Amino acid sequence: MNDLATTADRATLLAVARSVPDPELPVLTLGDLGVIRDVRLTGDGTVEVDLTPTYTGCPAMAVIADDVRGALRRAGAAQVRIRTVLAPAWTTDWMSETGRRKLRQYGIAPPGPAAHAAGGPVKLALSVRCPQCGSPDTREVSHFGSTPCKALWTCRSCAEPFDSFKAI
Amino acid sequence: MSGIRTLPPLAAYSLALGDDALILAQRLGEWVAHAPQIEEDVALANIALDLLGQARTLLGYAGAVEGAGRDEDDLAYLRDDRDFRNVQLVEIPNGDFAVTMARQLVFSAYQYELYTALGSSGDATLAGLAGKAVKEVAYHRDHATQWVLRLGDGTELSHVRMQAGLDQVWPYTEELFDPASQLRGVAADPATLRPAWDQYVTSVLSEATLSKPEPRWRSRGGRDGLHTEHLGHLLAEMQHLHRSHPGATW
Repeated sequence: MNDLATTADRATLLAVARSVPDPELPVLTLGDLGVIRDVRLTGDGTVEVDLTPTYTGCPAMAVIADDVRGALRRAGAAQVRIRTVLAPAWTTDWMSETGRRKLRQYGIAPPGPAAHAAGGPVKLALSVRCPQCGSPDTREVSHFGSTPCKALWTCRSCAEPFDSFKAI
Repeated sequence: MSGIRTLPPLAAYSLALGDDALILAQRLGEWVAHAPQIEEDVALANIALDLLGQARTLLGYAGAVEGAGRDEDDLAYLRDDRDFRNVQLVEIPNGDFAVTMARQLVFSAYQYELYTALGSSGDATLAGLAGKAVKEVAYHRDHATQWVLRLGDGTELSHVRMQAGLDQVWPYTEELFDPASQLRGVAADPATLRPAWDQYVTSVLSEATLSKPEPRWRSRGGRDGLHTEHLGHLLAEMQHLHRSHPGATW
């Protein structure tokens, strides 16, 4: 195992952290989700990772932190420190295009733009397309779904229920 | 465990807001498997989870600012009812679904204004948490609004029960706007949150064909540790496992 603390640059460390799969949506990497905000190599050789939660109560945060720590150690880091950063608040606008495409293929409707979500009543996306059949004829069953970041929808065309990633 | 009367003002403020979120999270959790439909089990559990996340941040911060080595678990599980600083609104029993939705409407509308104001707090941790949590609370408020509209402007029976739920929680709303902290530039002055809260809630009630209650009494004292008899029972259930097995982990 090479000594990462002396050979790796920031870009390599960042790529390792970002390649870790999300434990609840393994089709996405943490990089796709946009939750790895920064990675630094400190003077004493510790790799410091800035991680932001999707939701403040996200129960996957502890597992995510462990997985990032594990991945960086396997890549040769001796010490890893995870910092939880709340500001600026995570937004679905940070999700990569690749991430959105992978979500759709996985059967989850990707989030629309979040720019208008803050302030005022929650805006419902006008056309959430069914990830199974592509029809725009869908309706929201509940604002809340199987995880904090998703809402429950159903398709009127193919009659299949599906998860939709909430724009926040 | 010592009391909290000697807490630094910033720790006391963070604790008060954290206790509101923690106690309401515990109450909402009681609905799981008892809600009128499965989507509501999921919705109320999700809202409770958001509130629990906010509580963890706020309690953890209160402990860090206090500097006496108490973490979020110590503060959640090892204080007695007189040391909790939540408003009484969040501790009263759930009642029927209409009572819970009435409480969700008035509380989430308050928390929405609170977090919006705290987003520009001079304290970076509170501002960071508020900027994040306000997005979650926007969903909570919308969820409650939709139910209050549907039940208030629904059938004759649903209207009567929604109005009864509102009448039951209304005496506890005044306390939300009592001063919670003197920390200028850091804490939000609850009185300044009231106009926007009032405007929002009034417009929902009007659209839901409900009347704004005019109660002859109001609750007070939660921020000073004075609680209803219901909080002790809630804490017994919430704290019992932790206190029975101190330090247990898995």
